[in-house]
Amino acid sequence: MKEPKKIKLEEHIVEFVCDAGEGAQKAAVSFAKVSAKMGNSLWTVEIIPSEIQPPPHTMGSTSGNRIRLSSKPVTNGGNLTNVVVAFNEMNLLSRIKGKMLANDVVVIIDNKWANDSDETIRKQYREILDDLKTKGANIYEVPIEEKTMTLIDNPQRGKNMVALGMLGYLYTRDMDILADEIRSIFKKKSKEIQDNNVALLTLGYELAKETIDFQYVIESTPFKVPMVAMNGNEAVALGAVAAGFEHCSMYPITPATSATHALSEYFGRMGGIVHQAEDEIAAIGVALGSYYAGRPTLTITSGPGMALKTEFLGLTVMTETPLVVVDVQRGGPSTGLPTKIEQGDLLSSLFSTPGDAPKVIMAPTDIEECYHVMITARKIAEEFRMLVIVLTDANLATGTQLYPRPKLSTESFPLPIDTSPIPPGTKPYDWDEETGLSRRIIPGQPGGMCRTTSLNHSPEGKVNHDPDMNQKAHRMRSRKLMTLQKSLKKPDVYGDKEGDLLVVSWGSIKGPIDEAVDNLRKEGKKVGSVSLQFLSPFPPGLKEIFSKYKKVMVVELNYSDDWDDPMVNEDTRRYSQLSMLLRSHTLVDVDCFSRVYGRPLMPMEIYDALSKKLAQKSK
Amino acid sequence: METLQLEEYIEEQCEIKNYTLEDYEGDVPRWCKGCGDFGILSSVQKMFRDEQVAPESVVAVSGIGCSSRFPHYLNTYGFHGIHGRAMTIATGVKLGRPDLKVLVTMGDGDCFSIGGGHWLHGMRYNTDMTVLVFDNEIYALTKNQVSPTTHCGTSTNTTPHGSVLKEMNVLSVMLGITNVSFLAQTASWTPGHLDKTIRAAWHHKGTAFVRILQKCPIFSPQAFGQDGKVKAPFTFLRDENGIPVDKVFEKMAPIIDHNCKDLEAAKKIAMMEETSSPLGLLYYNPSIPVYNEELHATADKITPEEKVARLNEELDKYTI
Repeated sequence: MKEPKKIKLEEHIVEFVCDAGEGAQKAAVSFAKVSAKMGNSLWTVEIIPSEIQPPPHTMGSTSGNRIRLSSKPVTNGGNLTNVVVAFNEMNLLSRIKGKMLANDVVVIIDNKWANDSDETIRKQYREILDDLKTKGANIYEVPIEEKTMTLIDNPQRGKNMVALGMLGYLYTRDMDILADEIRSIFKKKSKEIQDNNVALLTLGYELAKETIDFQYVIESTPFKVPMVAMNGNEAVALGAVAAGFEHCSMYPITPATSATHALSEYFGRMGGIVHQAEDEIAAIGVALGSYYAGRPTLTITSGPGMALKTEFLGLTVMTETPLVVVDVQRGGPSTGLPTKIEQGDLLSSLFSTPGDAPKVIMAPTDIEECYHVMITARKIAEEFRMLVIVLTDANLATGTQLYPRPKLSTESFPLPIDTSPIPPGTKPYDWDEETGLSRRIIPGQPGGMCRTTSLNHSPEGKVNHDPDMNQKAHRMRSRKLMTLQKSLKKPDVYGDKEGDLLVVSWGSIKGPIDEAVDNLRKEGKKVGSVSLQFLSPFPPGLKEIFSKYKKVMVVELNYSDDWDDPMVNEDTRRYSQLSMLLRSHTLVDVDCFSRVYGRPLMPMEIYDALSKKLAQKSK
Repeated sequence: METLQLEEYIEEQCEIKNYTLEDYEGDVPRWCKGCGDFGILSSVQKMFRDEQVAPESVVAVSGIGCSSRFPHYLNTYGFHGIHGRAMTIATGVKLGRPDLKVLVTMGDGDCFSIGGGHWLHGMRYNTDMTVLVFDNEIYALTKNQVSPTTHCGTSTNTTPHGSVLKEMNVLSVMLGITNVSFLAQTASWTPGHLDKTIRAAWHHKGTAFVRILQKCPIFSPQAFGQDGKVKAPFTFLRDENGIPVDKVFEKMAPIIDHNCKDLEAAKKIAMMEETSSPLGLLYYNPSIPVYNEELHATADKITPEEKVARLNEELDKYTI
C-alpha cells in the first residue's frame, strides 16, 4: 500500500459530533489530552445539545467537542472548522447551519444512513452531503457502525472509539499514548473491556488508513513545564481556593453553576463551605454577612443573578465590606441566551446600583487568567474594603485551555481572622483623607463594637444626614478607586505601538483580536491592540496610548448599531458598552464593532471588520 | 487621681469583667414616645447583663424599618442592612463565624412581606440565631401602609376604605415549615413574659423565632385591642418546658396548658381564631439539626500547608 501523503500544518480545527449519549465528548477529550501530551496547544469548546433529552437524529441532539490544535500557544477557538467527524447527517447539518465549517472541510461520516430503511433519511443524508460537496467539501463516507459491529454487538458502546482511532490516524497521533489513555479511562473496568476498546481504536486506525490517503502533521514539542488543562469555571474555582476564599454562597444559574460544583468538590476536602441559598439575593446577602464577619467569601452568578443582587451590591459599597462577585456573562437581556457568550454586563455592573457606587471590575482574558484573577481580586477587596466584580463569560466557562501549572503557596491565603482588641476610640470608617482607605474592624474584636449601616454614616459608623458628611463619604469611597488606579500599570500594547488603528477590548475576545492584528501586520498594516484587565478603574495612560493612532476602535461582544443600519447617524447611534465608557473617559472619538451572535467572534471576522475600518476615509 | 471602688479593684486585679447595663447601651433610641420597641431593647439589654454576654461576641442584624434601628441602640457589633434581607446577612455571619452570637431584629413588613422568602428558608435552615420580629401590624416608618399582618378592614394610607385581605396567620405558616425548632409569641406590654421569652430564645440552639406583638402608638394604637387597652383575645400557654406564666397574667387572659413539643397541638392553637394571639412557646424541638453545625461538621479544619498539598492533588487531576 502506498504511504499516505503527509500534510504539514501549523494548526487545525477538528470537530467530533454525534447524538447525545454516543460518546463523542469522551472520545474527543481523549483526543485532546493525547494531543496535549504530545505537545500541541489547544482550545476546546463543548458542543452541548440544546435540550436535556433531545430526540436522536436531530440537529438539537448534537453533542460533541470542537478542538483547535496548534504548534503555538492558543488563546481562543479560532476560525472555521477544518475536519468534522459526524455519526449522522443531522449532526453535520447543525454545524453547517451554525456556519462553523470551512468550505473545504473534510467530513468523515457514517455511511449507514445512505441505505437506511427510511426514505426521508436516505434523501436528506444525500442532499446534505451533495450540497456540502458542491461547496468544496471533501467527504469520506465510512462504514463506522458496520465495522464496529465486527467486534462488538452494541455499536453505541464502541463506535466513538473507532472514530477516535480514525482521528488518531488522520492527525498522526502516537497510537501507544492513545491506547494508554483509553486504558486509563477504563481503568476501573475489566482488562477485557480495556482490550476491546483498544481493539476498536486500532480498527478505526486501520479503517482510516484504507480510506484516507493523507495524514496531517501538526508539529509538536512536548512542553518543558507541567501543563494543566481545564475550563474557565474550574479555573475560577481552583483560583478561589488558592486565593484563600473559604466560603461560597450561590444560587444555581447557567453558565456559572459548574464553577460552584467544582468549588463544592474542592471545599469538601479543603475545609470550606458552599451554601446554596434560596435565591440570588440571599446568595449575595449570605456572602456579604460572612465576609463582614471576617471570612473570605465569594458569590458566583450570571447576568440575571447580577440584576437581582443589585441592591446588595450597593450595600457592599456603602458599608465598605470586602466582597468578590464573579459574573459568568451570558446573552441578555432577560433570560436571553443562557448558555451562550455575551459581554453584556459591563455597564450594568458599573452602574446598576442607585447613586454612586464605586467598585472594582476586572475581566480575565483567558482561562489561565481566570485562575490568577481570583488571587488579585481577594487582595484588592480586603485591602481597599471594596466590592470586586470579576467578569468572565460563557466562552471561558466552557472552553478548555492548556496553561502552565500554577505554583501554589500559603502566601496567597489570608491571615487568620483578627480577634485582637481594638484600641478605645477607633472609628470603623477612619478614612484617610488622601487615599480614602480605612482599617476594617471585624466582629469579635474586643472593644471594636460598632454599627455598620446602609444609611449614610459618619467615620464613627453613626447614621448621618449632614450634607457635608454625605459629600465626604462619597468622596472617600471614590478616592479608593483613585488610590487603586495609582498602583496599576499602563496597559501593554500588542502589535504596533503607534500607527493607523488601535483595537481596544476586554475579556475573552482578546485572543481572536490579537490574531487578527497579527494577520493585518503581516500585510504591512500598522495596527495595535490593547486589552483592559481593569474596567474600573481604568488603567492609567489610555488617552496617551490612543493618541498614537489615527483611529481607535473597540471590538466586543455586546450590541451596538452599525453605521450602515437605517437611521443610524451621529445623533442616533448607540455605541457598544466599552466604547461608551472610553469615549467619555478619553474624549477620543472611539468607534466600535460589536456582535451578539452568542458565540465568540472568529479572528477572520475581526480581521474583516478591522480591514473595513482601516479602509474608511473618515475617522 | 481616680479611686477605684473595692469591687472594681478586685475585678480589675482578677481580670473579671462585670458587665453592667451601660455596657450594652449604644446611641440614644429615637423611637416615638410609647413605642413598644423601647421595652424590647431594655429586655435584651437586661438579658445580656444577666447572662454577662461579652458585647463583642454579639452581632445584631436588622433590615429596614423602625425596628431595624435596634442595632444602633445596642452596644454590640451591629449590621443595619437593607429591607427584608436581615436573615440572609445573619445567616452569613453565623456561617462565617460560628463563634459569634447572632441576634436578628425585623418588623412585620420586613420579615413577612419583602423578606418572605428569606424568612421561610431561614426557618428551614435552622441556623443558630435569635430572631425577634416586632409586629405592630403596620408599615410605620413609611407612614401607615397595610402590612401582611394588618387586620382585614383596617384603614391605612394605601387602604383608606379598609384593607380587603385577611391578615396572614404567620404562626401557622411557620409551623408548616420543615425544621422549625423554636417558635414563641409574646407582647411588648407584658414585660415579664417578654423577658422570659427572649431569654429562652437566646439559649436555644437553632433558629429561635419570637414574634413580639406591639402597637405603633402613631399608626396602629388599635392593634391587639381598642384604645390601647389590651382586650384582644389573648391566651397564655403554660408548659413546664415553655415560658413560665406569672400570677399577674392570670387576670389578664385565660391560660391553657399546651405541650410545646406537640407540633399538631401547636398547629391547632395557631389556627384557632379565638386563640389567634397565644402568648408563650408554641413549638419547641431542640433536636432539629442546626445548619451551621451541619455545614461545619463536613468542613474539616486543615493547616495552610495541608491545604496547599490537597490543592496540589486537585491540580494533579488537571495536569497533562
